[in-house]
Amino acid sequence: MKKLFILIFTLSFNIISFAQNNSGQFYGDFDLNMQTYSEDRSIGAEEADEILLNNAYLNINYRKGNLYTGLRYESYLNALLDFDKEYQGNGIAYKYLTYKIDNLEITAGNYYDQIGSGLIFRSYENKRLGIDNSMDGVRLKYFPLRGLELKSFIGKSRTYFSYSDGIIRGVDINLSINDIFEKKLKDIKTKIILGQGIVSRYQKDNNPKFNLPQNVAAYSTRVTINYGKWKYFGEFATKLNDPIGALTIEENNYAKGSGIINSITYSKRGLGISAEMHRVDHMEFRSVRTVSKEYIINYIPALSKQHTYTLLGLYPCATQSEGEFGMQFDVFYKIKKGTLLGGKYGTKISLNFSRINGLSGGNSFLNDSINHTPAFISIKDEELYFSDLNIEIYKKINRKLRSNFVLASQYYNKDVLEGKTRGTYGIVKSIIGVVDVQYRIKKGHTIKIELQELLTEQGDGAWSMGLLEYTISPNWFFAIQDMYNWGNKDSEKQLHYANYDFGYIKGATRIAVGYGKKRAGIFCVGGVCKEVPSSNGFNLSISTSF
Amino acid sequence: MRKITSILIFFFIAINCYSQENTLPSVLVKTLEGNSFNIQNISNKNNPIVISFWATWCKPCKKELNNIAEVYEEWQDETNVKLIAISIDDARSVSKVAPYVNASDWEYEIYLDSNGDLKRALGVSTVPHTFLLNNKKQIIWQHKGYIDGDEEKLFEKIKEITNK
Repeated sequence: MKKLFILIFTLSFNIISFAQNNSGQFYGDFDLNMQTYSEDRSIGAEEADEILLNNAYLNINYRKGNLYTGLRYESYLNALLDFDKEYQGNGIAYKYLTYKIDNLEITAGNYYDQIGSGLIFRSYENKRLGIDNSMDGVRLKYFPLRGLELKSFIGKSRTYFSYSDGIIRGVDINLSINDIFEKKLKDIKTKIILGQGIVSRYQKDNNPKFNLPQNVAAYSTRVTINYGKWKYFGEFATKLNDPIGALTIEENNYAKGSGIINSITYSKRGLGISAEMHRVDHMEFRSVRTVSKEYIINYIPALSKQHTYTLLGLYPCATQSEGEFGMQFDVFYKIKKGTLLGGKYGTKISLNFSRINGLSGGNSFLNDSINHTPAFISIKDEELYFSDLNIEIYKKINRKLRSNFVLASQYYNKDVLEGKTRGTYGIVKSIIGVVDVQYRIKKGHTIKIELQELLTEQGDGAWSMGLLEYTISPNWFFAIQDMYNWGNKDSEKQLHYANYDFGYIKGATRIAVGYGKKRAGIFCVGGVCKEVPSSNGFNLSISTSF
Repeated sequence: MRKITSILIFFFIAINCYSQENTLPSVLVKTLEGNSFNIQNISNKNNPIVISFWATWCKPCKKELNNIAEVYEEWQDETNVKLIAISIDDARSVSKVAPYVNASDWEYEIYLDSNGDLKRALGVSTVPHTFLLNNKKQIIWQHKGYIDGDEEKLFEKIKEITNK
């Protein structure tokens, strides 16, 4: 099968590349991350047997007329320590052929896609998290008329270097009402887009004890309403029963799952407001009948701000897809220039609040046997998972000096969010402050100083962090940073984590070299997290696009 | 294994043979209202276009676009350039894009690439990533990352096109 594909691939290239002088186009990128690992007992860093570990990717896309094709070569020799050990060796892990004409798109091979916001289905990649659940199969997109989009797909979902047993099928329809009834609705200010998606997994039932559903479906309806400066988006999903079928327990779980995402935004020049709410109950959907993270094929975004300053993200929120209720509010405001608070250049303020808690009486999964349905809205008396109240103020003082300040108060339920037994750690309450100042010395030369402080009595105790960065546009950057866990109750763990980095950038190529210690902890992107081990050593990263 | 190597070698030879300027692929992105839009349909009446990939959670991206916003009017007066900002925010933060953009007073054309289709098609692995397109919508320059002052280099490149 693989050989056949490669043959077709090579053949099609030969035909399209050399048959005509009017040639096609190439796009791609290359990434390499190399890291050495030395032992450092104080931070618990282990030495790697290989001394040096390496991850590399090469993406190549080729396009000629209506034909699009490409592949990704992945190399893990051996995988970096923060990657799963299942990533091992080399191979072409992604390859596709797509044919696009005006209203039709056909793809064979690998593809990434999602239905709505991903509540019932999302295949995507995130290199830093080591996530890649690309589909391998066939996908069809058809746009029969303006405002109507149809999509159907079938395939198997990737887990590391192999594909799931389950076969995943899906259809999706997207209707832009105003485009379809263009003439009738042209004076209507309200714009509505509707969507409906269904995804289903087939896996043979070979369990002798339970009668397991071989086909498990999940479906979702979504609505987008635009009205002037207002926008509403809602998605409502249901997942049918998906018992795991362990032979060791007498009962099996036939509970359904559900998920709701809502957001309302209002924005005008100088002001933006967003309010979001979500509720998920037993909504993890996997490519096989196994409870394991690497098989997840849907995406429930975390309802909290994705922070970029290190200490603000030290205790990050992770979605509990088995059951949570949460809300989030954001205000972005720019105080006009020339006013008292705005000064000469204006002042920008962003305010963010999020709060996530458990469902009343536990989720449906836990209570299948007693036919329990958790209350729809439950806030006050439920177990708090995470909350974050923060304000960020950006102020340009003069042409050379800019500053940014953040103040945050966070609650982090370490037991729930890190999957520990209740009562092990409890809630980490922290207050975090950030001061970030940058000064332009002369044309192209900028110095930046960042000071961060996290105060807490729980968890690992208080942290301080300092960063000094010097950049010379357009080519060079140098940075020194240190994190210091001075508040750790265990005096042997009051350690420094220093890092030194420098790099060179030219056009679409970036080379960076660093040395330092990394702390063990939870690393998250988009509310999806992984645990990373501590490390000590050199790293080299090269990335280029062409 | 040998086959894989030969394919890769083949690719590199092919790349070297064809060093012509790339144009944009046919990829659908979304408008802020949620409608589909083919990126090939962007236009700036035969003037240069800058395409910048960014996200609401990306500090250097916002720094780049905010710094350009301060001089955007002057850039437009001098070169008629248009900036198109493509947000790669996914379901977690996509609803914050319009509020952030409007509050920041950006005059850019904004599109959403939540599924990363355009990002992948153009070989963008990290943000910020900036492309410069000439009057024929051919990609003539691209740049990874942002450090303070990079916008001056970009503006020099834009002026090079307009003065040709």
